[in-house]
Amino acid sequence: MATIEIDGVQYQVEAGESLLPVCLALGFDLTYFCWHPALGSVGACRQCAVIHYHDPEDQKGRLVMACMTPVADGMRLSIEAEQAREFRRDNIELLMINHPHDCPVCEEGGECHLQDMTLMSGHTTRRYRGRKRTHKNQYLGPFINHEMNRCIACYRCVRFYGDYAGGKDLQVFGMHNNVYFGRFEDGVLENEFSGNLVEVCPTGVFTDRTFSAHYARKWDLQTAPSVCAHCGLGCNTAPGERYGELRRVINRYNGEVNGYFLCDRGRFGYGFVNSPDRILKPRMHDRMDITPEAAQQQLCDWLADRAIGIGSPRASLEANFALRSRVGEENFFLGLGDNEQSLLEAIVEILRHGGIRSPSLREVEQADAVLILGEDVTHSAPRLALSLRQSVRNAAFERARSLNIAPWLDKPVREQQIDHRSPLFIASVCATRLDDAAADTYRGSPEDIARLGFAIAHDLDPGAPEPAGLNDDARALAVAIADCLRQARRPLVVAGTASASHAVIEAAYNVAKALPAKDRQLTFTVPECNSLGLAMMGGRRLRQAFEAVRDAGRVIILENDLYRRAPAWEVDAFLQAAGRVAVIDCLSSKTAEKAALLLPAATFAETDGTLVNNEGRAQRYFQVYPAPEPVRGSWQWLSAGMDNLSFDALTAACAEAFPALTAITQAAPGAGFTVDGMKIPRQPRRYSGRTAMEAHINISEPQRPVDPETPFTFSMEGAAADVPAALEPIIWAPGWNSNQAVNKFQDGIGGHLRGGDYGIRLIEASGALDWFNAIPDAFKPVKSQWRIILLPHIFGSEELSLRSPPLAERSPSPLAMLNPSDASALAVQAGDSVEISCFSGGPIVVLPVSIEPSLPAGLLGITAGRQETQRFRQSEPATLKKALGEVPS
Amino acid sequence: MTGKPAVLTSVEIEEITAEMSHYADKAAVSIEALKIVQKYRRWVSDECLVAVAELLGISPAQLEGVATFYNLIYRQPVGRSVIHYCNSVSCWMLGAEQVRERLCRHLNVEPGEMSADGEYTVLPIVCLGACDHAPVVLVGGQLRLDVTDDTVDEMLGR
Ligand code: SF4
Ligand code: SF4
Ligand code: FES
Ligand code: FES
Repeated sequence: MATIEIDGVQYQVEAGESLLPVCLALGFDLTYFCWHPALGSVGACRQCAVIHYHDPEDQKGRLVMACMTPVADGMRLSIEAEQAREFRRDNIELLMINHPHDCPVCEEGGECHLQDMTLMSGHTTRRYRGRKRTHKNQYLGPFINHEMNRCIACYRCVRFYGDYAGGKDLQVFGMHNNVYFGRFEDGVLENEFSGNLVEVCPTGVFTDRTFSAHYARKWDLQTAPSVCAHCGLGCNTAPGERYGELRRVINRYNGEVNGYFLCDRGRFGYGFVNSPDRILKPRMHDRMDITPEAAQQQLCDWLADRAIGIGSPRASLEANFALRSRVGEENFFLGLGDNEQSLLEAIVEILRHGGIRSPSLREVEQADAVLILGEDVTHSAPRLALSLRQSVRNAAFERARSLNIAPWLDKPVREQQIDHRSPLFIASVCATRLDDAAADTYRGSPEDIARLGFAIAHDLDPGAPEPAGLNDDARALAVAIADCLRQARRPLVVAGTASASHAVIEAAYNVAKALPAKDRQLTFTVPECNSLGLAMMGGRRLRQAFEAVRDAGRVIILENDLYRRAPAWEVDAFLQAAGRVAVIDCLSSKTAEKAALLLPAATFAETDGTLVNNEGRAQRYFQVYPAPEPVRGSWQWLSAGMDNLSFDALTAACAEAFPALTAITQAAPGAGFTVDGMKIPRQPRRYSGRTAMEAHINISEPQRPVDPETPFTFSMEGAAADVPAALEPIIWAPGWNSNQAVNKFQDGIGGHLRGGDYGIRLIEASGALDWFNAIPDAFKPVKSQWRIILLPHIFGSEELSLRSPPLAERSPSPLAMLNPSDASALAVQAGDSVEISCFSGGPIVVLPVSIEPSLPAGLLGITAGRQETQRFRQSEPATLKKALGEVPS
Repeated sequence: MTGKPAVLTSVEIEEITAEMSHYADKAAVSIEALKIVQKYRRWVSDECLVAVAELLGISPAQLEGVATFYNLIYRQPVGRSVIHYCNSVSCWMLGAEQVRERLCRHLNVEPGEMSADGEYTVLPIVCLGACDHAPVVLVGGQLRLDVTDDTVDEMLGR
C-alpha cells in the first residue's frame, strides 16, 4: 500500500501500479489514448500527463505520463494543475491536426473515446487551418470498415491485433506524421478476433460493417444484458435493437469470462435474428397459417397426448425444463447426437466428481503451462484461444518481475517474451490456429492423441495406466511435456467435444489428476451455448426416442434441427413414424419443414433464458426487445396451461428439480428486483424519437410494452443510479460515452465488476474419480480406407451464425482434407473432387479436396456442421474415389 | 511451391540466406534482405517484398512495416541516383528549401519523383548528423556539405 496525494487529497492505493489506472479507479477523469487495460502502457500518445512534485516544497513539479509512472508512497501529484491541463489540451489538439472532424457522418460518434477525451481535455475550438493528410481506405472484408483519415496514431489497433491476438496481417506503415494502419493490400482481416478493433480503436477508423448496414446511434439502441448464443463459452454481450431489428452485438464486460473481447462469430453472427428464414407465424403442415390461439391449443392438446419431447442444447434451461415437465421425465430426450451425449455426460461427471477445478477464462489466462488435447480451440471455442494465447505470456511476466519490470510496462515485458514463454502444447489432428504460440505440437488421430495424453499422465504419476507400444517419438514428447507440466504452478489441461473422442476426454482427466500442482485446472470445450446445461439436466438419448416413437402419439421438438444430430435416413424414419410432429424454433430447417405444427420461437434477443457455459457458470440472457407478435419464447409456448407460470417460477422449479442446478436462481435477479423502487431502463436517457417512431401507424404514442418477467423496462425511464454493474444494459457514465466507461463500473481497472461479475458457478471441484483405463490402440491406416475426422470451423460450423450473411460470406466451402501421400495415391490434387462413400451406407458425397500436409495419412478431414457434410459421423470409415466429370485444369 | 515463377534471383536468395545464418530469428534479417534486393534492383517491388517475406517466414504486412519505416528502402522505382536533401531543422534554417527548389527545378520533378531521363529521384530525408555543415545533401551514398546553388548545379552536371 502507498499513500499518495492528488490535488491536495490523500489516497491509499497499491504501490507499483501504473498511476493512470489508479487515477481512473479513484474516479478521476484523466484523458488517455494509447493505454488500454488489457494492453498495458507504452507512453505513446502523451495524453495522460499529470504533474509530479518532487517533494512537499516543490511548487512547480514536472510533467509525467501517468500511464508510465509507477505509484510510490508519498507521491504528490496534480491532475488539475494548469500546466497539466494545458498540456493535455494542446496534446489532443496536435493529435487531431489531421482528424477530419466528421463526427456527424462517423459511426463512432456518440460512443467515441476521442470525442470524450477531446471534451474532457478542454480542447473545444479547432485552430489549425492547414492542409490535412488524407489516406486511401482499404476493403477489410465483411466485418470491418476502414476510415484511416480519422486515425490519431495511438497504435492500439496493431497492439491488440498483433501483440494480443496474434494477427499478422494488420500493421503500421510509414513513419513520423505519416503513418497508416492497415493491411499490405485490400482484403479480409484474417484474425478471428478482428471485430474487437471496433471497440479497441478510440476513433472511427475501424467500425462495424454489419452495423453500418442498419446503423443507429448508441443512444438510440435498446439493450439488455445478454449472453452469446454461438458456442459453449458464454461470453457476455450487449445486443442493440431499434425498430424491431437487432442492429449489432458488442462486448459486455465480464471480469471472469470474456473481459473486454469477443470473437468474430459472437460479434457478427447475430444476423440470423433478422433473417428472412425466420419462422414468424404458427403454421400447419408448412403451408397453412393458423392463429396463435389455435396453435397454442393444438400444442397443449398434443402435449397431453402421450407426447415425447426432444430438447435442445441451444435452448435455455427453462425451455428444456418446461418441455420435460410437460411430457414427463421418461418421455424427454436430449436431442443430442449419440456420441455427443456420451461425451457431454462424461464431461459433466468429470467436472462434478473429478475433483479438479474448471477455470474461468480469466483463470485460463493465468495458467503457466497448458496442454491441449485434440482440438483446434480457435474453431471450437474461439474466445478460449485468445485466453490461451495470453497464458503463454506468464513466463515473461515472471521474468519481468525478477528484473523489477512492472507487468504493465508493455514493451519491456514483451521483449522478455522472445526468450521466456510459458509452455503451450497442442496435440491435434492437424495444424491449428494457435500453433504459432505453441512450444511443441503433435499430430495424430484422436486415438494417438489420447495415447499421448495417457503417456503424459503415466509419466507424471506412475499409478496412472500406461499405453502399450507407444513409439519412441511420442514417448519422448510425453516425457518432455510431463516435465513442463510437473514444474508448473498453475497447469491447465484443455480438451473437449470437438475431438469427438471419449479416450481424449478421459486422457485429459488422467493428466489433470496426475498433476502435482494444487492449482491444477481442467477445462472442456462444448459445442453449443447450453450443451453443458442440458447435459447437467440429463435425459434420454435421441436414439431412444427413435425407438420410443412407435408408442408415442406426438413428438414435440424444441429448437432443434435433428438432421444435424443423426443420419438423415434415421431422422426421416423417425419423423415419418411420429406422424404428428410439432416444432418450436426460430429459423426454418429441414426438421421444421416436416412439422405438422410449427410454432415461431423467439431468439435470444427476444426472450429470457438461462444458459450454462463450459465452465459450469449459469448466466441469464434478457429479452432485448419484444418479439414480433405472435412470436414468443419457447418456454412460453410450452408453459402455457401450466398454471401460466412466470419465467422466475419456471427457473425456480427447474432449480428445485435438479440438485446440480439449484443455484441457477442466483444467476441474475428476478422480475421483482428494483433499484429505489424502479425497474432498470433498457433505453438510454437520450433515446430519441420515441413519440414519433410509430407515428406512421398511430400518431398517439403507444403505451410501452410491459415486461412482467424481468427487472427491466422497455423504456428510458426507470432506475438511473445504483444499478448493479453486471446488470447495466448500457455502459455509460457522465463524460464517458464510449465503452471505456466500463472503468467506472469495475473494482480496480480491469478487475471484477463492482458488486460481482455476471452469472454464478454451479460446479466446484470435489471428489475424485479413478484413473480411466480404457486406452485405445494406436491408429493404423488401412489401405484404401479413410477415417473421417470432422473439423469445426469458427465461421462454418455453428448453426445459427451461419445464417448471418456476413458470417456466411466468411465461411469456407466444405472440403475434404487429405494428406499429400493419400492424395497422390488417389491421383487427386487440390481443387479436384473426391467421391466419399461411408461404410455405414447412405448417399455418396462429392467434395473438393484440399491437401493438408499436417494431417496424418489415413485420415480424412471434413468441415463439420455444413449441410453438405451433415451425413458424416466422426471416425466413420469411408472409401474415396477421384470424382470424374470435371477435368482438372 | 511449384508452378510459381521465381521472383528473386538465386544470387539474392543466397545472400539473404547467408545473412539469416547470423541470427536466431529469421525476421531479424528484414532490413538486410531488403537492402540486398535493392542493391540489385534499385528498389523493392511488391512482388519482391512478398517473396522476401515468404523467405523470412513473416507476413508481407510485417515486412512492409519495416520497409516503409526506413527512408533508404525504396518501394517505388527510383532514378539511377537518389538525391536526399536534408529538411530537418538546421538544414531547414540554412536553406534546405532553396536546395530543394533548385533540384526540383533543374530536374523538372516534385520531391518523390524521378526525372524524365530516369537518372535522378529527389527525396527529403531527416537529419543526417552533419548539421554543422547545413544544408546537407546525400547523393549516391556520399554526403555533400554546405550545399549552395553551385553545388547543386555541379551535382547535376549543369
Ligand atoms: S487506427 Fe485507431 S487504434 Fe489504430 S492507431 Fe489509429 S486511432 Fe489508434
Ligand atoms: S467465443 Fe463463443 S461465446 Fe464467446 S463470442 Fe465467440 S462464439 Fe460467442
Ligand atoms: S495513455 Fe499515457 S501516454 Fe498514452
Ligand atoms: S538538420 Fe540536416 S544534417 Fe542535421
